[in-house]
Amino acid sequence: MSSGSHHPNLETLAGRIEAGTGVKLAHCYQCGKCAAGCPVGDEMDLPPCQVFRLLQLGFPELDEKVLRSEGIWLCLACETCSSRCPQEVEIPKVMDFIRGEALKRGIAHPKSKDILSFHRAFLDSIEYTGRLYEVGLVADYKMRSRHLLKDVMLAPKMYLKGKLGLFPHLIKNRSGMKTLFKRTVGKG
Amino acid sequence: MKIGYYPGCSLLGSSREFDESTRAVLAALGVELAEVSDWNCCGASSAHVLNHELSLALPARILALAEQAGITEILAPCAACSNRLLSAQQELAKHPEMIAEVEAAIGMPYKGTAKIVNILEVLDRLKDQIAAKTTKPFTKKVANYYGCLLVRPPRVVNFDRPEDPQSMDLMVKAVGATPVEWPFKTECCGAAFSVTRTDIVAKLSGKLVKDAVNRGAEVIVVACPMCHSNLDLRRNEINEYLGKKHGIPAMFITQVIGLALGLDPVTLGLQRHMVPVNV
Ligand code: SF4
Ligand code: SF4
Repeated sequence: MSSGSHHPNLETLAGRIEAGTGVKLAHCYQCGKCAAGCPVGDEMDLPPCQVFRLLQLGFPELDEKVLRSEGIWLCLACETCSSRCPQEVEIPKVMDFIRGEALKRGIAHPKSKDILSFHRAFLDSIEYTGRLYEVGLVADYKMRSRHLLKDVMLAPKMYLKGKLGLFPHLIKNRSGMKTLFKRTVGKG
Repeated sequence: MKIGYYPGCSLLGSSREFDESTRAVLAALGVELAEVSDWNCCGASSAHVLNHELSLALPARILALAEQAGITEILAPCAACSNRLLSAQQELAKHPEMIAEVEAAIGMPYKGTAKIVNILEVLDRLKDQIAAKTTKPFTKKVANYYGCLLVRPPRVVNFDRPEDPQSMDLMVKAVGATPVEWPFKTECCGAAFSVTRTDIVAKLSGKLVKDAVNRGAEVIVVACPMCHSNLDLRRNEINEYLGKKHGIPAMFITQVIGLALGLDPVTLGLQRHMVPVNV
């Protein structure tokens, strides 16, 4: 484990997590408070404290077990865990990092697909218009996820309440938005 | 008082009434809003799930635009937006070596000097005036629902208490309401899973709707568009999960105050809710 060293060992997942997020896995002393208050703890195959324990051990097969889990995709970033953790471990940051790692290695849980489709549709909408276009987002998400009938009843009601614009709000500096995406996401 | 304003995307669409009621209430209290021109989306949860640098650059562009306009303080009523703006600002303050890259991405200088405030902070400053101008006291029992992003993580938002916060309770008392004591003030509603995992939203939001009703609340008061969408737009799913029809409305804090100040319900966007507000 990389605790105590000022140079995290980038060969291990724990080391890369530390380098990428500043979170030292060794700080977790397994009190379980994070899992106790997690709103989706009961839906997770691996609740946050178990994610930490498996990663602390530093075995590649256990790292992989974490990366393949469904639970890491259920984290809502509600920050209940990190606010209550006696060791002030920033758990959601680690969740973000390991989701990225699971995607890079191509071993993300199949159920992550819908959640990813949603986030990608969201970012695409911003890339082109600068602001979120909710009608476009939902249409795009439906195409990507193939959940074509989801919420068909809700949209017309929202429209009648004046909550859905039929046209996107375009910002003026759209080329600036393109550059912003190219220099962040595009570096990928 | 004049203050910068970043409405954010939800307030243009699914939570229009939060924008309408914020503008109406602040205008009634003599606050002038200077909207950040050509603002973009803050990236919400999607940016930080998918790309860390993007999750810094999007808020940085908003802050830089505000700086250019000479804005020193920005009100972001959406709890998710203010949380993202604060997170990015603090991370860039901690890692100044990243600023050059962010400036290149946004094509503007970035200083990160503007102070970001949420709606409760602004209302709190105006509390005496609100109490004095209250013509129609809001004499209801209310469950104040703060959700996640207003109070967590405390090291980022540095606002109120992360457990059992009080600011909204004090605010509604100032306009005549009675807050109920309940343990769901800061539980998560399911947030961004509204579209992808509506089942989780129904369950998490369902638990809090049920508890609010059990404790005799007549209204759930919120200050976050995501919380409001889940409690209002997803009420059918919530009621299905609970196996019972609950008609308790969810109102934005600005709508509650607006009514107390005697503003017209339509100006406050009350007709836009799916769960009707009969107050
Ligand atoms: S609350 Fe903190 S110390 Fe306790 S198990 Fe969770 S991460 Fe570890
Ligand atoms: S941030 Fe994620 S892991 Fe932590 S309590 Fe919330 S949902 Fe659970």
